[in-house]
Amino acid sequence: MTFTAETSILPKRAGLLGRLSDFLWKHPSVLLAILLGPPLLWLGIIYVGSLLALLLQSFFAIDDFSGLINYEFTFATYRQLLSDANFDIIVRTVTMAAVVTLFSAIIAFPIAYYAARYAKGKWKAIFYLGIMLPLWSSYLVKIYAWKLILSKEGIFTWVFEKLHLIWLLDAWLALPVIGGNSLSVSYTGTFIVFVYVWMPFMILPIQAALERVPGNLIEASSDLGGTPAQTFRHVLFPLALPGIVAGSIFTFSLTLGDYIIPQIIGSSRLFIGQAVYAQQGTAGNIPLAAAFTVVPIVIMGVYLWAAKRMGAFDAL
Amino acid sequence: MTAAVLFENVSRHFGAVKAVDAVDLAVTEGEFFAMLGPSGSGKTTCLRLMAGFEQPTGGHIEIFGETAEGVPPYRRSVNTVFQDYALFPHLSILDNVAYGLMVKGVGREERRKAAEDALSMVKLPGYGQRRPGQLSGGQRQRVALARALVNKPKVLLLDEPLGALDLKLREQMQEELKTLQKSLGITFVFVTHDQGEALSMADRIAVFNDGKIQQLGTPEDIYKRPQTRFVADFVGSSNVLSSATCAQLGITAGAASLRPEAVTIGAAGADRMSLSGTVIARSFLGAVNRVSVDCAGEKIIVANPASLAVPEIGATVTLSFERGDVHAMEAA
Repeated sequence: MTFTAETSILPKRAGLLGRLSDFLWKHPSVLLAILLGPPLLWLGIIYVGSLLALLLQSFFAIDDFSGLINYEFTFATYRQLLSDANFDIIVRTVTMAAVVTLFSAIIAFPIAYYAARYAKGKWKAIFYLGIMLPLWSSYLVKIYAWKLILSKEGIFTWVFEKLHLIWLLDAWLALPVIGGNSLSVSYTGTFIVFVYVWMPFMILPIQAALERVPGNLIEASSDLGGTPAQTFRHVLFPLALPGIVAGSIFTFSLTLGDYIIPQIIGSSRLFIGQAVYAQQGTAGNIPLAAAFTVVPIVIMGVYLWAAKRMGAFDAL
Repeated sequence: MTAAVLFENVSRHFGAVKAVDAVDLAVTEGEFFAMLGPSGSGKTTCLRLMAGFEQPTGGHIEIFGETAEGVPPYRRSVNTVFQDYALFPHLSILDNVAYGLMVKGVGREERRKAAEDALSMVKLPGYGQRRPGQLSGGQRQRVALARALVNKPKVLLLDEPLGALDLKLREQMQEELKTLQKSLGITFVFVTHDQGEALSMADRIAVFNDGKIQQLGTPEDIYKRPQTRFVADFVGSSNVLSSATCAQLGITAGAASLRPEAVTIGAAGADRMSLSGTVIARSFLGAVNRVSVDCAGEKIIVANPASLAVPEIGATVTLSFERGDVHAMEAA
């Protein structure tokens, strides 16, 4: 090195920025406060605050006669929420969310496993591109595209016809509840589109979890006599579980809250998101809309608590 | 007698890379067998071939007389102690140790007892309820050992098991491993890049380089009578004498090895060979002083006991050694 300092301690930098650097170096907590303050204020006041304000609404009720909100504490709205018609909406949505989550996890795991264990270099890039690409295009365009794919004249039906399996599709559509006139107006269709749209949110966390599992644990299990199935059950699955839970939080809560997919693809029966949309809009019943909003929050809370109790986060 | 592990002309090539190239070896039952070599020499791949993590691209492997190629790791009565232990982080120590018995369908109580016995054997009784993350490196090492031994393997494979331990602990574990191996009578195959470890622990050593075995023999053989320049260099820092120096000493050989501790500084006795040269460097190593002497272009290192006087740098000295300490070897 040709440069030599004149003194062993360099002189202070001149100017305001120099003094600021020295000050922040001496008081790192101030730096932390500056960096974290604004986002925490945003999160605390605007985000959580408005959420609480919304939840508070659910403890008011609408006056049936005037249609105005009566600002007195009451459980009337919750009684309304648990009426048969509304409770059906909750059961329907939660069932859909659970099935979508389960299937997403089953489909996502092998993809994530391949990406984490085997894909290297170029193939890893292709994997990420393949997973993320659908997220870059408009959500609405994708859903309308699916409506065409699943319609009676669509490619799905066509493929079944060409394979001489149309009887299978017809038999499926003839089933009660999950069937319908065509896939695009059945719960099966809603399910397929939900799984498609949320899949990246399941694959990526599982892939991240699997990536952290050292390869020699798989070898150790095999070395100790574990068959591939045993290795999966006792080593791979428990270690991937935090990722699966993280992914399922996405797929589950996104399905619980979505109101566009079931509106475009599926039967006319409502999901929670559609109910919220209808109640706060046309029906003007903000308290009931708020009460509907509480449902996914409570469900997610219970879900996380149960997952923790079952040891889903032990491997973290 | 059938060999515990038999390699016949075994190769493992990864594309153009010949990780293991036409290796023949036979590990005798009940012996402590070390595979020694620098990284990338093929020793670990050989171990993985024995464990079943790798399959040979050529040749034949037998474990106790039974063909092993094509057999998955979980069907081999061979267990491995992994380099970084590979303990299951989500299981307690007891469940880690009992894992092999669990997947084989041994009942809960029985495997619990066996696991506790195994933990006692490695001097970790009562640690069963802890998690791997709560243990020190040395303790994890012992757990890994217990986890392998609880299955009563026919062959125990150890992949640089002491590499991550500090010196004191490593020396202690070396002794313990050796004692354990003798008392259990299980065949140990041990991979290491530390020649001291191999020499002190093994009954026999295979020295690997470039995917081939350079020399296979007892520690004394390997140390005193290296057959190739590589072995002489790698197993302790031997002096390799050139053919010119050999000729000067009246020996006809392409090259010869001479151990630093076989050389003394000072006048030669009548029956000793001698060379003279200039001291070019010296360093204090505790028990010995390491003195480098330039003998007409040939650098010879002398391990001079610390109790003896050390010549100054630049001094002209006479080196002497027994004829029997000079071992002719291949020139390469």
